[in-house]
Amino acid sequence: MTTKVNCKIDNISVSVEQGTTILEAAKKINIKVPTLCYHEDLCVAGNCRVCIVEQVGTDRLLPSCATPVAEGMEIITNSLRVRNARKRIIELLISEHNADCTKCFKNTKCELQSLASEYIFNDEGFINLVPYKNYKEVHLSPSISKDDSKCIRCQRCVRTCSELQDISALTVAYKGANMKISTFFEKPMYEVVCTNCGQCVNRCPTGALVERSYIDQVWDAIYDSKKHVVVQTAPAVRIALGESFGLPPGAIVTGQMVAALKRLGFDSVLDTDFSADLTIMEEGAELLNRLRMSLKENDTTVRFPMATSCSPGWVKFMEHAYPEYLDNLSSAKSPQQMFGALAKTYYARKRNIDPKNIVSVSVMPCTAKKYEANRPEMHASGYKDVDYVVTTRELAMMIKQAGIDFLALPEDDYDSLMGESSGAGVIFGATGGVMEAALRTVYELVTGREVPFEHLNILPVRGMESVKEASIVINNPLPEWDFLDGVELKTCVAHGLSNAKMIMEKVKRGEVNYHFIEVMACPGGCIGGGGQPIPTNYVIRKKRTDAIYSEDEGKPIRKSHENPEIKMVYDDFLKEPLGHKSHKLLHTHYTPRNRY
Amino acid sequence: MATKHLMRLDLIFKNERDTADILKKVMTKSNNDIINELISSGLKGRGGAGFPTGLKWKLTADEVSDEKYIICNADEGEPGTFKDREILVRVPDKVWTGMAACAKIIGAKEGFIYLRGEYDFLKKELLKSIDEFHLLLDELNFPFRINIFSGSGAYICGEESALFESMQGDRGEPRNKPPFPTQKGYRNKPTVINNVETLAHTYSIFKYGVDIFRDLGVQDSRGSKVFSVSGDTPIPGIYELEFGMTLQRFVEDFGDGDAKAVQVGGASGFCVPRKKFEKTIIGYQGKLTGTSLPTGGSMMIFNSSRSMYNVLHNYLEFFVEESCGQCTPCRVGTQQLLLGIEKVKRGELPSGYLDKLLDLAETMRITAKCGLGQSVANSFSSIVENFKEEMIY
Ligand SMILES: Cc1cc2nc3c(=O)[nH]c(=O)nc-3n(C[C@H](O)[C@H](O)[C@H](O)COP(=O)(O)O)c2cc1C
Ligand code: SF4
Ligand code: SF4
Ligand code: SF4
Ligand code: SF4
Ligand code: FES
Repeated sequence: MTTKVNCKIDNISVSVEQGTTILEAAKKINIKVPTLCYHEDLCVAGNCRVCIVEQVGTDRLLPSCATPVAEGMEIITNSLRVRNARKRIIELLISEHNADCTKCFKNTKCELQSLASEYIFNDEGFINLVPYKNYKEVHLSPSISKDDSKCIRCQRCVRTCSELQDISALTVAYKGANMKISTFFEKPMYEVVCTNCGQCVNRCPTGALVERSYIDQVWDAIYDSKKHVVVQTAPAVRIALGESFGLPPGAIVTGQMVAALKRLGFDSVLDTDFSADLTIMEEGAELLNRLRMSLKENDTTVRFPMATSCSPGWVKFMEHAYPEYLDNLSSAKSPQQMFGALAKTYYARKRNIDPKNIVSVSVMPCTAKKYEANRPEMHASGYKDVDYVVTTRELAMMIKQAGIDFLALPEDDYDSLMGESSGAGVIFGATGGVMEAALRTVYELVTGREVPFEHLNILPVRGMESVKEASIVINNPLPEWDFLDGVELKTCVAHGLSNAKMIMEKVKRGEVNYHFIEVMACPGGCIGGGGQPIPTNYVIRKKRTDAIYSEDEGKPIRKSHENPEIKMVYDDFLKEPLGHKSHKLLHTHYTPRNRY
Repeated sequence: MATKHLMRLDLIFKNERDTADILKKVMTKSNNDIINELISSGLKGRGGAGFPTGLKWKLTADEVSDEKYIICNADEGEPGTFKDREILVRVPDKVWTGMAACAKIIGAKEGFIYLRGEYDFLKKELLKSIDEFHLLLDELNFPFRINIFSGSGAYICGEESALFESMQGDRGEPRNKPPFPTQKGYRNKPTVINNVETLAHTYSIFKYGVDIFRDLGVQDSRGSKVFSVSGDTPIPGIYELEFGMTLQRFVEDFGDGDAKAVQVGGASGFCVPRKKFEKTIIGYQGKLTGTSLPTGGSMMIFNSSRSMYNVLHNYLEFFVEESCGQCTPCRVGTQQLLLGIEKVKRGELPSGYLDKLLDLAETMRITAKCGLGQSVANSFSSIVENFKEEMIY
């Protein structure tokens, strides 16, 4: 039994569970108290102080995000004292802030700006401190842009990087007036252990941390008549993009998104889901190959657990934190990079286009994919396989820039050749999805039968638990796989890098003996990616996930190996999984990196 | 001269080397008796906030946990203050005895001295004294150990919750309250944190009894207090004085005959101008000293040659640097106050801007996260309001 406490907020009685904060209690009765440092996913910091409220009879104001309701409390959220103090606090934040909104990536999408619009009228304000501040120039990595002059020191990024990701690439440095958000020894973002996951970017309330934008380059390519611009869209984009246009989380806008991309002027609109299916073919074959070498040929050098490699944040994390385990990572490239390599080879040949005139763009829920596309090894086609990566948010901006009335668009279909996908490709966007897709294919390849789960839904690997384990026993395999008879295939799924670290520590200590693990750097998987619409939080992640699985359920084809375009690419071009061409185009290697 | 200082006392610094006896006496008393003694003595914390010590121990004793701590706050960061150092040098046993008594009551096995980084040179002597004290504890079969933790040097680490963070290896940033240290302190376990002097006073109470302590001082300010007297005084130093003295009496004893103001409680305390000396009492209840006499017991005397603008400027510079920087009102507010008075002084902003700054200081007082930001208004407002002309011309 939980104890209830009663209080009055703005004269409305409310009864809440013990431990509930004033902010949460107010929300329950539809009173919105403004916040800046608060974020549903993170522990409470209570440092911005804009959420202050008045307790009747108390001299000091209380931070509502950090104060639990006590029995009999009488709270006023909007008294004159509160409004005046809150206004002063916002004025203070702005006085330290380089508020050139019209030049800012976050213009109209900024929490500080919208608070200011509610509280600052034509007042004199305080002294502008920016000229005294010595703000460093904007820091750029291939994924992220960090501008200290726009930082309000709410530490959401710091808490994200340490609590959710357990990386601590961003920390608080110095004190007093010099306090700032910094990296290890103030090194540039691209030199530190940052995984480029962009979770901090997704939670930054201002323009201080944003994705490095490639919108201009994409426009240039589109306007260049000599270029053939292909675009791929990741699974998790279609179930989130609608949020940028006011739709509720979980709205599926695949058809409108494809239509919008065509109107933007892309020459061919294709689907990363296609190459997700391809990833399953290659990664599945690799898993079976490892099992064969280990169980049949008794090769003791084969590494288990094999780990998925489609989340570039996770891959970079492994390179920094567990360089001795790089051989555990599947050599299969991520769907984005498989697509890129095929766009300038297979697609170019089939379409009879000179690959040097192809510009390959991808729309991703992810900021780490920007970094991935810029890795030197990603030139398998002889060109840069993926030229530019834009986030879900950047795509929304482009659609708005082009004056497209997104919600009114009629639905359209992907172009062919690399536009078809199975339900298995779709669920790549959610935690557990790659595992489920792989099991659907691997089990069937080995036994000739479908996975023994109702409607092919492998429920044990789905959901938001931080770590999920599942195993399947293989019985009566096809003759070729007789060495797998009776083998229990053990798997594990983790999302968010703090959970990934937990699993890797267990692996390191020899406490677990999984064959295959799936890790996504972002909480919830790609649906919760750093490049997704803001806000992203637990409730929103769940809704997006539900949408992904309903997309899967509605697909006529649910298994990667049954995708006709996949069959075609092997028949006409690649020949076989792990074959010579696949090896050259679809597989990669990894680089050990510093731990700090 | 010495005879003039009527209120000088010698409770804390008197050292009769009777630790073993007093410790034994305390250890044979019941927990309830000790708590009741402390509560009726009226002893309040000497570290700044003035929380009743007996109640603090009782609250922590009432918490259910198999891990609890007693921490002695020896961070003493207030500029020009070194009364805690003096106590640790001269009568360290008294502090250890207070800690052991607290450990007995709350059920702690381990205690810490959070020693200001600059006091590292004391460590050797202190460790020796602690070792001897541990032997006394062993004789009494009392399982309790005291360790020294060397502080990081930042002023804010003297704030109790920042101190815990710092001990846990994290950045010294104050936490949200509630929960209070009595509920979740060091390692999130129930913790008593007391100032060095507070603990030393418990010894006096154990030794001389409640009545002697209670008879000293006035109303809500009982007992004596150790002050660091500095500024324009011919006799700077550490003095133990009875609570209840007027500031008039104080400057007569300590001033150079030309005192125009006294800063009670250091940078985060209040500035009292000459015309209010007679009406201001040194103690928790003093009208101008607010409800508490802030950290350190620093008493700084300014004579008429001093510029109160410079005094305030120094304090603000101190805060701009020593704020931990996490919360908006304090981090940005302190910068605005400093720059604001500079611009008014230079005539770049009208004198009316001081009113906006007073209003800002008030906002900081009611919205900042910890005592540092909340108390900037004490010195700011009391100096600006009492010495407005000096701010402008
Ligand atoms: C900015 C700041 C600095 C402080 N520094 C000290 C200090 O150096 N020593 C100290 O005993 N208390 C200091 N305090 C007060 C402590 O937070 C705490 O109230 C005290 O140690 C409790 O002990 P007491 O009840 O015995 O006074 C400081 C408080 C603040 C807000
Ligand atoms: S961060 Fe927000 S307030 Fe600051 S410049 Fe950008 S849009 Fe404006
Ligand atoms: S991108 Fe990810 S790893 Fe890098 S600083 Fe942000 S949260 Fe940390
Ligand atoms: S970078 Fe963004 S999230 Fe981080 S402290 Fe600054 S404003 Fe907050
Ligand atoms: S009031 Fe100042 S010192 Fe205290 S938490 Fe806020 S910024 Fe830090
Ligand atoms: S939202 Fe409560 S202090 Fe920032």
